[in-house]
This record gives sequence, structure tokens and C-alpha cells, in this order.
Amino acid sequence: MILARVVGTIVATRKDPRLEGKKLLILKPVSPEGKDEASYLIAVDAVGAGFRETVIAVTGSSARMADGCKDRPVDTAIIGIVDTVSLDKGALKGG
Amino acid sequence: MYIGKVIGRVVATVKDPGLASQRLLIVQPLTASLAPTGKQIVCTDAIGAGAGELVYWTRGKESSFPFLPVEVPTDTTIVGIIDRVNRC
Amino acid sequence: MLIARVIGDAVATMKNASHEGQKLLLVQPVQLDQTTPRGDAVLAVDAVDAGPGDLVLMVTEGFSAMTAVGRPDSPIDMAVIGVIDHVEFVEADATTD
Repeated sequence: MILARVVGTIVATRKDPRLEGKKLLILKPVSPEGKDEASYLIAVDAVGAGFRETVIAVTGSSARMADGCKDRPVDTAIIGIVDTVSLDKGALKGG
Repeated sequence: MYIGKVIGRVVATVKDPGLASQRLLIVQPLTASLAPTGKQIVCTDAIGAGAGELVYWTRGKESSFPFLPVEVPTDTTIVGIIDRVNRC
Repeated sequence: MLIARVIGDAVATMKNASHEGQKLLLVQPVQLDQTTPRGDAVLAVDAVDAGPGDLVLMVTEGFSAMTAVGRPDSPIDMAVIGVIDHVEFVEADATTD
């Protein structure tokens, strides 16, 4: 799973019918400190995430285990909205 | 799927039983303009490709599907020989 | 899923039986600015009748790709599953990496 930030949305009329009614959001991966990382992902929203929110996304075949994504062509799903991230800086240095 | 060119083959006597009777080919991944890109890889062959041929190959678990019901431990397989690439 | 641009197609006579009758699109994954390439172009099976120049939504995971074209248990790792009408950003700077 990765931490990411919602930066936009995709509108596609012609698409796989199993994606009908699914919200497609553009995610930018972020570090635990909240810093943007390069690249992006398009994810199906399974939790009602909103713009600018930091979320947890799951990728690969596990994405279909997200609510409402079973048997759908989904390789990235948003499965949580992050309230806070706490980091033990000391542990990071030690590891 | 990725475009590539067969540039060699690997012979291995000692290998996983699932790879028995599998041809192992060395593939150079290519860009859309057929220029070499990235590292050369070893692919199993599901189509009977030969040296120098332009092919396309898959990555991941689905690479083992052409060989079902035999379970072949492969993550890169040649699944087609490309006649031509059209650019628009 | 990724955003990609259809830049051509590939024709193959000799191919896995599950690929018969499927269009193999040559697609260039792009960054959020919709023009800068993201890695090399790849071949994806077409599930939505996309055409040259279309901006498309592609999946890069096996099950999604193979079921999108109705060929389960086949060696298909990428498919075009949507034609993008438009992309909306929250912030103007979202497209810069």
C-alpha cells in the first residue's frame, strides 16, 4: 500500500462497463512526510475520497479486494483516507 | 506487452522441473521506433520464435498462462511474432 | 491505471491463440501533462475500440487486462479500458513532477 494525494480526476465516457459509476481519481504518491514523489497513478475510489486528501492506495490484484471492486478491471484502489501520519524519526535513522 | 527482438538463447541443463523442454531466449526490449532500450532479459517462448525475430512478450504471472495446465515458473514469455509496427 | 496516448498498432500473424481477433495498440504512457512520455511505448490489447491519437486509460495488471477483453487465463498483461474525455486537476501545479 502507498500513501498518495488526490490531485485530480479522469472523465471517460467510453470505458469498460464494469467501471460505470466508479470515480477515477489521479493520485500522486507522497512520502510519509507528505512530500510529493515523481509519477502518478489512476485509482478507483472505494471510500469517497476528496480532492487534496491524503489517502492509502492498494495496487495490483489486491485492488480488486477493495469494496465494490470485485471482478472489475481495477489495478489501483483507494482504500482509506489518512487522518494523521506519525513518524519515529529516531527509528528511521536506526533502520 | 512489450516489443523486443530475439538476440540469443540460453541452454541450462540444471533447471526447475517446470522449465523442462522450455526454450529460453534472450530478448532485447525495443522502443516504438525499434531502438534497443533497457536490459536484455531471458524469456520462455510460447510461439516458436527464432533468432533475430521481432516479437512481443508479456511480464508477470500471466506469462505462465500459455503453458497451462503445466505450471511453468516464468515471468516473461514471448507470445507473438510481430509482422509490422504501424505508427500514427 | 495509467494515462497513455495511442501512437500506432502492431500486426502479428503468429501469436498466442487468445490474442486472435484482438487489436494490439501501440501506446505511449504519458505524464500528467498528457505529452511527456513515461517510459517506453508498450503494446496493449484494445477493449474499447480506441483509435490513433486517442488519450486512453490503460490497466497494467493481468486479471483486469484479460477480463476486459473477455479472455481469462491468457497471457495479456495490459489493456486499454477507457477513452479519456478530459482530465481535471485540483491545482495548476499538479502536472509537474
